[in-house]
Amino acid sequence: MDWSIAKILMQDGLVTGVIYALLAVSLVLVFAVTRIILIVQGEFVTYGALTFAVLADDQVPGTRWLLVIAGLLVFARELWLVFQGKPAATLIRSALFCLALPIIVFFAVPAVLGTTPSLWIKALMTLFLVVPLGPMLYKLAYESMADSSVLALFVISIAVHFVFVGMGLAFFGAEGRLVAQPFFDGQLELFGLNWTYQSLFVIAMTAVIIAALWLFFGYTLYGKALRATAVNRRGARLVGISTNMSGFLTFLLSSIVGVLSGIMIVSFISITYETGFMIGLKGFVGAIIGGLMSYPIAAAGALLVGIIESFSTFWASEYKEVIVFALIIPVLLILSVITRHDEEE
Amino acid sequence: MKKWSVLVFIFLLALLPVVPGVPEFWINQLNAIGIASLVVIGLVVLTGVGGLTSFGQATFVGIGAYATAWLSATMDGSPWLGLVLGIVLTLLLAFVLAQVTLRLSGHYLSLATIAVCLIFYYLYGNMPFLGRHDGIPGIPPISLFGYPLLQAQSIYYLIWLVVLLAAWTAINLLDSRSGRAIRALKNGEKMAASFGVHTFGYKVIAFVYAAVLAGLAGWLYAHEQRAVSPSTFGINYGIEYLFMMVVGSVSSVWGGIFGAAVILTLKDQIQDIAPRLFDTSTNFELIVFGVLVVLVLHHAREGLWPIVTRFFYGSERKAASGALTQWWADAPLLPKTDRPPAGRPLLQVAQLRKEFGGLVAVNDISFSIAAGQIVGLIGPNGAGKSTTFNLITGVTPLTRGSIVFRDKPLQSTKAEDIARLGIARTFQHTQLLPQMSVLENVALGAHLRRSAGAIRSILRLDRRDEAALLREAAVQLERVGLGDCMFELAGNLSLGKQRIVEVARALALDPTLLLLDEPAAGLRYMEKQELAAVLSGLRDEGMSILLVEHDMDFVMKLTSHLVVMDFGTKIAEGTPAQIQQNDKVLQAYLGGIDDDVITDEIAIDTTDNNEVRV
Repeated sequence: MDWSIAKILMQDGLVTGVIYALLAVSLVLVFAVTRIILIVQGEFVTYGALTFAVLADDQVPGTRWLLVIAGLLVFARELWLVFQGKPAATLIRSALFCLALPIIVFFAVPAVLGTTPSLWIKALMTLFLVVPLGPMLYKLAYESMADSSVLALFVISIAVHFVFVGMGLAFFGAEGRLVAQPFFDGQLELFGLNWTYQSLFVIAMTAVIIAALWLFFGYTLYGKALRATAVNRRGARLVGISTNMSGFLTFLLSSIVGVLSGIMIVSFISITYETGFMIGLKGFVGAIIGGLMSYPIAAAGALLVGIIESFSTFWASEYKEVIVFALIIPVLLILSVITRHDEEE
Repeated sequence: MKKWSVLVFIFLLALLPVVPGVPEFWINQLNAIGIASLVVIGLVVLTGVGGLTSFGQATFVGIGAYATAWLSATMDGSPWLGLVLGIVLTLLLAFVLAQVTLRLSGHYLSLATIAVCLIFYYLYGNMPFLGRHDGIPGIPPISLFGYPLLQAQSIYYLIWLVVLLAAWTAINLLDSRSGRAIRALKNGEKMAASFGVHTFGYKVIAFVYAAVLAGLAGWLYAHEQRAVSPSTFGINYGIEYLFMMVVGSVSSVWGGIFGAAVILTLKDQIQDIAPRLFDTSTNFELIVFGVLVVLVLHHAREGLWPIVTRFFYGSERKAASGALTQWWADAPLLPKTDRPPAGRPLLQVAQLRKEFGGLVAVNDISFSIAAGQIVGLIGPNGAGKSTTFNLITGVTPLTRGSIVFRDKPLQSTKAEDIARLGIARTFQHTQLLPQMSVLENVALGAHLRRSAGAIRSILRLDRRDEAALLREAAVQLERVGLGDCMFELAGNLSLGKQRIVEVARALALDPTLLLLDEPAAGLRYMEKQELAAVLSGLRDEGMSILLVEHDMDFVMKLTSHLVVMDFGTKIAEGTPAQIQQNDKVLQAYLGGIDDDVITDEIAIDTTDNNEVRV
């Protein structure tokens, strides 16, 4: 292998690596705030990617049904909670989010699709179709278990992953999809390599999303509330930060990140209903490198995963998954040597 | 499960294949359930009881299956050699994984099991000598006494014999000295460590045990199917095994078998019905299993098995296994350690200091305890008593200072080794295992006084040690006056009684020094009187006691020496009479006459006036 191939491999690895990094940051965020190991993060990617791919083919995605059904379930649960004594005033917001939004989206998507919209509009529709599923999922599967052990929440995540994979096959079929049209056409030369505008766009978008997250957590009240919850859940609750609110918000953020990643990644990797799980797990390898605590190390680790993956595709393509997942063994070994058993409650 | 129901179960199992007209399909289905049950029995011990979640048991099934497939189909070896190879490889992998992950928080193990399961899946799929994605066909059947188990009916008996043996070993393991340690891993790891339980070692034992059962299941699977391919050892299968445990039972071995039966029957039914309802090829069972597990975790945390048993046996309260018979009542008493003669210095604490960031929780405390003495450590809330307590017991690492117990330095000793030296403690927030009987909880305290290991427990060769431990627990319970509730579940006792059980458990260690963290809190007047009588009795036997307590009356009557702390600093030391007259103590408890003095002290002692309690 010579330097020019190495450079190309680096470039490939970088473009997928930034997406893994995005997911790794989101996984660390969800874990810090809610203690949930969000295996379904990868399914947000799949659903975003495949919904976008279906829309790009000018078809109406089946996920609009899922949105309406999930909305109905969440609303039914809210009704039940009101019946149990929750203030009825909260129902108005629930009705807007769980009934009005899904129904509007349900009818708007085919209508807008009839006007042959641009790829950007389709990306926006994808966000509206898939992102609300994140918070709805939190309400249905996690909210009433928010105080359970990390491991119980983990088992729930795995169960939810099963449900999403099963439904993914039903909605999108078994074949992989790729969106051939890029957001930007053309390429330019940089560091002796050809970069498509699309890949630069992916890198720039990732930077923008990470900056946005940083601004949100540094400068908004809700962001600070989430940070407070991550540091000390009980303390946060005592000063009036509701666990439900922080869970809802965290899942909203993570589904936005997942869906955006999906929209970006489907332009250069063929995505099937199962791919998201693997993509999410690679984000996890990065997150584990950061000890599920440090955002920058997690992001750097995930970049490394992308690059190692691209090099192992070149050297031993059959064993690339083996190499990537085997990475966590030395990482865990190092972690167990350096981690002292801290006091847990 | 009750004895007669087990017998009925075994009888029905044995009879089924010989009943005329039973379709072969049933037998095959039962074979699959039996093989899965083996994996699930391991998971009940590892995950349900031990609290260590593995999504990757399919890895070990795969190793067991591929080892024997390669050896017997490719290399023409005996299936029995294949079994040995499979178990050896399983042991190796499990041991390495355990070393890498079990020192970290539990979710790292879970993530690692997912990763390892994927690694092996791709390895099988790409290794030429394992047949890549096609796997290895043509595996010979297992031969028993020259008779090859070719038919589904014949291997059926082998499979279920192994399952019943595995269930027997799991029940034995859980009902033993090792079992109590494993049962403490989930919610009482720190407590167990403070009684000398080597918790890491028991995590490894649980993990390796579950892995070996899974490897065994793989061996049976390979010779039952007569072919192996990577797809059945993928991560989805690993997850399914865990789901069987969650749906079945988190604590009962029989419940685990039930869970395997529920999931596999459901899977079969769904794969039968779903294609008729939907024209597409949907993985409908994934959706059903996912929803089912979420519902079970929301509404039946213990799994469905308790609901089934309640249906059959009614809701009578179940006492801990084998306890009611008191079969251990004639066991010889455990030998006691020699106590140092009264008056000899036992524990010396010098310049003990603990800082949490900028906050000095314990500020250069010094005091000592002589043999046969009850020393009280008192002070208002937030004085740093409990922190001092945790420093001495090795739960919290100290910033600096020295602790010397019988001429041995303690400051860098771990909690489990401190117990070995003969120091026992109670906890301010009682740390009993609510699902275990009072007797078993106390027997955990005697853990170090006998050595029966996991293998002896599994084979039921530990009964002499076990009897001695239970007898000791019973003796200590009688001593503190709780002899009549030793078979209750600990979680059903009142808080006051739970505190006394804590004392009994500490006594079961046969300590030289007893550290009591607020033992009288929440006790009624009469209970306090009784506790005081027990403690002064212990002192007369030569036991030394350090007592952290709020109840002044209780402390003043019992102790011969008092150390008073406020805001992390020792403000006074002396006999109860001296302390009662001490101005600083009165000020600390009742508020000062001169406010300036207090403000001065706060300024010296702490940089922050947060309350520190552990």
